[in-house]
Amino acid sequence: MFRYKEIDISSLHIFILWQKNKQLVQIIESTVVYDVIIVGSGAGGGMATKILSEAGLKVAVVEAGPFFDPADPEQRTQMKWPYESPRRGANTKRPFGDFDSAYGGWDIEGEPYTNAENSNFRWFRSRMLGGRTNHWGRISLRFGPRDFRGKDHDGLGENWPIGYEDVKPYYDKVDKLIGVFGTNEGLPNDPDGFFLPPPKPRLHELFFIKGAKKSNIPVYPSRMSMLTKRINNDRGVCFYCGQCSRACQVYADFSAGTCLIFPAQKNGGQVDLFVNCMVREVTTDHEGKATGVSYINKEDRKEYKLRGKIVVLAASACSTARILLNSKSRQHPNGLGNGSDIVGKYLHDSTGTGRASFVPDLMNRKPSYNEDGVGGMHIYTPWWLDNKNLDFPRGYHLEIWGGMKMPAYGFGFDPNEFNTFFDLKVGGYGNSLRKDVKKYYGSIVGMSGRGESIPQKGNYCEIDNTKVDEFGIPVLKFNYQWTDNEIKQVKHMHDTFEEIFHNMGAEPLGERPGKEQNFGIEAPGMIIHEVGTTRMGDDEKTSVVNRYQQLHDVDNVFIVDAGPFVSQADKNPTWTILALSWRTSDYIVEQLKQQNI
Amino acid sequence: MDRRKSLKSIIFGGVATGLAAHGCKPDMISADNEIIESPKYTYGRTPEEKAYDDELFGETFFNAHEMETITILCDLILPADQDQGLQSATDANVAEFIEFMSKDIPEMQIPLRGGLMWLDHRCNVDHNTPFKLATLEQQEALLDSIAYPDPAIPNEEQPLEKQFFSLLRNLTLTGYYTSKIGIEELGYQGNTPNVWDGVPDDILAQHGISYDEEWLAKCVDQSQRNTVAEWDQDGNLLT
Repeated sequence: MFRYKEIDISSLHIFILWQKNKQLVQIIESTVVYDVIIVGSGAGGGMATKILSEAGLKVAVVEAGPFFDPADPEQRTQMKWPYESPRRGANTKRPFGDFDSAYGGWDIEGEPYTNAENSNFRWFRSRMLGGRTNHWGRISLRFGPRDFRGKDHDGLGENWPIGYEDVKPYYDKVDKLIGVFGTNEGLPNDPDGFFLPPPKPRLHELFFIKGAKKSNIPVYPSRMSMLTKRINNDRGVCFYCGQCSRACQVYADFSAGTCLIFPAQKNGGQVDLFVNCMVREVTTDHEGKATGVSYINKEDRKEYKLRGKIVVLAASACSTARILLNSKSRQHPNGLGNGSDIVGKYLHDSTGTGRASFVPDLMNRKPSYNEDGVGGMHIYTPWWLDNKNLDFPRGYHLEIWGGMKMPAYGFGFDPNEFNTFFDLKVGGYGNSLRKDVKKYYGSIVGMSGRGESIPQKGNYCEIDNTKVDEFGIPVLKFNYQWTDNEIKQVKHMHDTFEEIFHNMGAEPLGERPGKEQNFGIEAPGMIIHEVGTTRMGDDEKTSVVNRYQQLHDVDNVFIVDAGPFVSQADKNPTWTILALSWRTSDYIVEQLKQQNI
Repeated sequence: MDRRKSLKSIIFGGVATGLAAHGCKPDMISADNEIIESPKYTYGRTPEEKAYDDELFGETFFNAHEMETITILCDLILPADQDQGLQSATDANVAEFIEFMSKDIPEMQIPLRGGLMWLDHRCNVDHNTPFKLATLEQQEALLDSIAYPDPAIPNEEQPLEKQFFSLLRNLTLTGYYTSKIGIEELGYQGNTPNVWDGVPDDILAQHGISYDEEWLAKCVDQSQRNTVAEWDQDGNLLT
């Protein structure tokens, strides 16, 4: 398999070449002209890297964080025990705990962002090769036909200029290339695919299925990108440690580095990786065409210019918007691709809320077996209702969690709080606490709802001219308010949770959030599905890119992250990012052949 | 042998072997344990994170008297019991863990330090001795007055001494059950390569639930896990 050291040497070589020249000029410009410069190495950038390099193009990938390979013992967190961390995995330094494979979070030192008054958008960034694909939940859902045509159904938002039929061939190819388990169920808006077989449900998931069925809420095997079966001879097969959030050392789950960028390099692609390089702007010539990018090398804190014939932005919806808005020139006074003034607008995240419960039937479990399974849920509920009968538009899906998990910081807190359900004393000390811990181990089951919001022009990010990050780049300012639609939707989620908990004989924990807490809706950005900032459309006055994710204003700049999403659906965005990035990459190759760009 | 290569071959080979045996054999687990064993606190840190950890390890928060008192409290919460084969909180180095956490989450410093002072004050008033030198009976009598918060009242509204003890109990239990001996006592079987093939029958029977045959028919046939997937054009898996 392709290895860290080899990659390191190739990029180091180039780096050293520039080091020699850097004393001479303020901004160091490379002499190499790449066919394509790809900004960002997550799902979109990774896919573009693979497809474009395999088409024979010379590609530079510019990533703001360090190199990352989950197989590298120095970087690996998978298969670590809690006591290998002095804080036992607590989330003091990484927002999802010490072993989670995201270098970054909602707050990054030296890289601030701001919010307008009464706005509380939370912006999650992973600074590393592969970006957020290293730690995500791997829930890999296709958008369905209705998801591309939301406005036709309820008159809200905007339709996509493309439909499911345009993307389906690419979803099919992504399924086969990357691997996703699931089942073909013939559902109208949750399309079939090329699935690997799913794992069997865990014990608590059987209780969920039973509870949901009592209310005629359907449950299906989940659809996630772990290899329950071999997909090729380069990647391993899942060995069921349940730690996909730590990224897999045998590459049995999908991360953009391990599954796209490393294979692209291994296949002999001309791929130069620039890591710890933070792109500032897209550079343009006097005709307004892109000539490359400028970036700050975080290691020497100097600014460099990289030249390319085509620029593909995949920095994430908000980072790409920031780069475009900061790319001001005489030809593009409002920022690159922003003749419409739409860059940054229509920012939207999934809605989300959750609730946990105590299931008395899951007390006194025998931990005689290993139920780690894959990382996350083996079952899920896609949206099952008709909004015509409800007081909110658009749907949500249900995610389920629980089980006898590996202890980490927080395990054993309030060890016998559930004694209140049995009129037993709470608290104490001594070895009775050990019995309590075992009695209640694995008896908590939780649910989360993830729903679709309607994109609003008034929800947007813009450049905050009053603030700068440590690299001298003006930062983003967010303006975001949920509407009644989203708040009513999460209220319905809580009704659903309580109904299923009741059917399971479970006791919901904590207080149900009320109206004054907006029914517990998470702050926008917390679900980390932010999309829509450079939306796709046929009309250049109301959109930023065309149906091939090419800037209306500049034909040699493309966007392959989730910025072009017209709407988010109640699905996780990654599978659609991958499919659309592949589709755009094919288009770029085709256009180059025809000498159109 | 290259460390990483050996890990891979063991995981691939091991899973295949484990599969034939329909599960995970003890000898395979020990083989993996040998591989995944790493020096203390090598857990994939970035240079910045490593520097932060080193900084915390270089600081001392609790003084010797405080550490002695914490140690006694931890062992009152989780005492050793040789008859039952139970090890104490101190056997799991819980006091050292609490020392680290007090630096990692500095918000805990005042409640912990102040709580210890409160404890000594109370013990001095009642028995004219600091807590650590009190008799076991005196210590337990004092704990009996602070170890049972009223569950109807939120923690942050509890009297300070009860909040203190709840915090210390939480840290003691989490420190213990995230330690090697705590995990062994709990009986957690995971964090090791294996092949998940459903809930064992005796567990299903114990909890009075069963699999739906139609559902099971859709699930992975683990004997084919190493055969490369192929589909027909309609997405039906052929292999």
